[in-house]
Amino acid sequence: MLSLIAKRLIHALPILFGVTLLVFALIQMMPGTIADLMVPPGSPPELVAEIGKLYGFDRPVWEQYLRWLFQVLSGNLGLSVATGKPVAAELFAALSNTLKITIAAAILGFGLAILFGAIAAIYHRRWPDRVFSVLMTAGLSLPNYWLAILCVAIFSVKLRWLPPQGIGPAGLPLHWDQWKFMILPVIALSMIPIGVVGRLVRATVLDILSQEFITALEARGLPWRRIWLHIAKNAAPAALALMGLQFGYMIGGSILIETVFNWPGTGQLLNQAIFTRDVTMIQATVLLLAVIFVAVNLLVDILQGAIDPRMRR
Amino acid sequence: MKFTKFVAALATSVALMATVATASAESVLRVAMTTGDLPTTTGAPTQGLEGMRFAGYPVFEPLVMWDLRKTEGPVTVIPWLAKEFKTDPNDRNKWIFTLRDDVNFHDGSKFDADAVIWNLERYYNDKAEHFDPAAAAYLRSRASLLKSWEKIDDHTVAITTSTPTSYFPEIVAGILMVSPKQWEAVGKDWSKFAEKPAGTGPFTFSDVNRNQLTLSKNDAYWNKERAAKLDKITLQAMPEATTRMAALMSGQVDWIEAPSPDSIPVLEGADFEVVTTSFPHVWPYWLKIADDTPFKDPKVRQALNYAVDREGLVALLNGTAEPASGFWKKGDPRYGNPKNDYKYDPAKAKALLKEAGYKDDELVKVKVMITTAGSGQMMPLQMNELLQQSAKEAGFDLEFSVVDFAKMLAVRFNDKAPEMQGVVAMNSSFTTADMMWFYFSFYPKNWAGYADPEAIALMDEYRNTFEGDTTPILAKLHEKLVDDAPWAWIVHSRNPVAMSKKVKGYTPVQSWYTDLTLIDVED
Repeated sequence: MLSLIAKRLIHALPILFGVTLLVFALIQMMPGTIADLMVPPGSPPELVAEIGKLYGFDRPVWEQYLRWLFQVLSGNLGLSVATGKPVAAELFAALSNTLKITIAAAILGFGLAILFGAIAAIYHRRWPDRVFSVLMTAGLSLPNYWLAILCVAIFSVKLRWLPPQGIGPAGLPLHWDQWKFMILPVIALSMIPIGVVGRLVRATVLDILSQEFITALEARGLPWRRIWLHIAKNAAPAALALMGLQFGYMIGGSILIETVFNWPGTGQLLNQAIFTRDVTMIQATVLLLAVIFVAVNLLVDILQGAIDPRMRR
Repeated sequence: MKFTKFVAALATSVALMATVATASAESVLRVAMTTGDLPTTTGAPTQGLEGMRFAGYPVFEPLVMWDLRKTEGPVTVIPWLAKEFKTDPNDRNKWIFTLRDDVNFHDGSKFDADAVIWNLERYYNDKAEHFDPAAAAYLRSRASLLKSWEKIDDHTVAITTSTPTSYFPEIVAGILMVSPKQWEAVGKDWSKFAEKPAGTGPFTFSDVNRNQLTLSKNDAYWNKERAAKLDKITLQAMPEATTRMAALMSGQVDWIEAPSPDSIPVLEGADFEVVTTSFPHVWPYWLKIADDTPFKDPKVRQALNYAVDREGLVALLNGTAEPASGFWKKGDPRYGNPKNDYKYDPAKAKALLKEAGYKDDELVKVKVMITTAGSGQMMPLQMNELLQQSAKEAGFDLEFSVVDFAKMLAVRFNDKAPEMQGVVAMNSSFTTADMMWFYFSFYPKNWAGYADPEAIALMDEYRNTFEGDTTPILAKLHEKLVDDAPWAWIVHSRNPVAMSKKVKGYTPVQSWYTDLTLIDVED
């Protein structure tokens, strides 16, 4: 098991290095220079050059990359081009906000997905299968930002039960004053995982149920609660792999949900950074999201190895 | 008797409780801005002029200020922290500012000439301990004419410009004063100053956090006539128009900036107030006047101005814009009497094209750089599609190079950029409030390449006229501009603001800024 963890960690390093290269190169490929973005349009070229020099943009590209890489490794993500504030503080504050709704949406979404998928598989081709399959397909097909707007129109504007936007009081979400801001974004964000993971769980469980070892276990008189443990163990690796990917997508891909609910997370931060061409912020956000994505998948690989001995080979 | 005493005691208690409740009820205005993020709180607000409107002028003040209580005509600059300002008749580059002696910063320290010099060095002296590169980058480009400054005495400072500039006070109105003592008190660190800022304005920042800014009434404000009525203002950034509308309709905020034109009938139907104002803004096409473009001929430029369906755009925007036939609006004393009064007139446009040498059915190809959204751009995609259709009837074939707003700012002066290839017009909106942007637009070198000797002479004359009424010069200049048409004048925004009926005292003026001290919220 330890060798699996070590192997996976070693594999992750070149991926992370590649990510830093790619992120840096993407920014370099943008038209104009970063200094152009820091001054309003029509500024004299001398001022642009002076500002560029202050931030070291006049140095060779490789030198800028190495300096940036060392800064990143030492935890310094630089200053935002748009606001002049330290990027790290902004980014980690946004990440903690995103994690609040992502973790809640993952618990809700993955929990319901397993439940719906399993029920649909057990009652294959009967009414529960049809109902939950429709629900899961709807979760997958309905644009979640549209669902978000619909929720706001009904629960905030019409009924006035829940706030339509914002994050509420700062801190860990321990009180209703904070939860009430999370409910609608979490529901909207959990829809896609319900659809994607639920359909996979249904298909995997159906596949396992049709295999001979289930019939053999049943023939040997094993109670169904024990047989379900075997089914769960066999279905878990595939579901876990997909959940890992989905969790990564939810952290990086919640741009639309965070925009609709004005939720100050990484999605909204990235969206704003793109619109204001805040390249240092884009660089750091993309890098952090990529690192999280790699880390989550690393964790999933390790978990799969723990569950399924074949993965350790 | 006992019962009477009991009733009397009860009545007294209820009355007392009501008094206490009334006394403690704060009037709070909750504002949703259109900005992507909250403006910075260091006295050099980010997020454009909206940042200045809410997190600039209410807390920090300049030496001279836009008169935001002037409801008639264009807003002008009046004395503020400086009680007098004038140029030296022997050296028009030198401006003398006599400061008020009754002003304190929010931290209690004195506002004086030393504070003014310290603030100027924050932006202009790279060697100063308190030099602020982020703020300097923005301000220097707006106020690049400052050459030197000196303290004459405790209440007088002199600022010297690099060239005589009659509209220099308008530039000074953008330089806000912050407390040097407070910067020292927080450890000489601008990011810490941002958490506990101190200016001289009618409001203070009482709470600065990532999600909301709270402004509180400054009870010790020096200008008693302009003291705030509100106890607090909260500011939230909500870039999405739908989110702002939902926040207003659900009672989460009292005031939203720029509701989308589509939402206005809904808001009015739901008993909210939508206020529009005559706004100093223009949404034009800048036209490239070069040998290899159709716009070298003024007749083609005029023809395009007659090919613009302004009324159609106003209808599309639900009345949140008004037709533009010049940089300034009709009725503005600076508008003058140009020969051309541009309205949608395809026949006239085609006749002008014929005079310019085009055949009857020939379409003039025009590639315009437009944006998907952006500050002051309103609904650029829909508006340009409407213009494309109406211009075709009038002899123009508009083609678009679509980019995001920030990209337009980055590439528009770079002829080699891929997005700029073939572009002969630019759809970029502008403030018409201060002359700095006017000179940026029309004084050589400008993007259009407009360099008419008569217009240049008039701009030079205005820049060097320091006394008397300068309106006739500007009117003559504007007449020239309208007829020469270096831009296609299209619409002026009417800057819609939507608010709850509880909000009282909002007074629209011809400015991008608002006097928040006039506003109150009644339950």
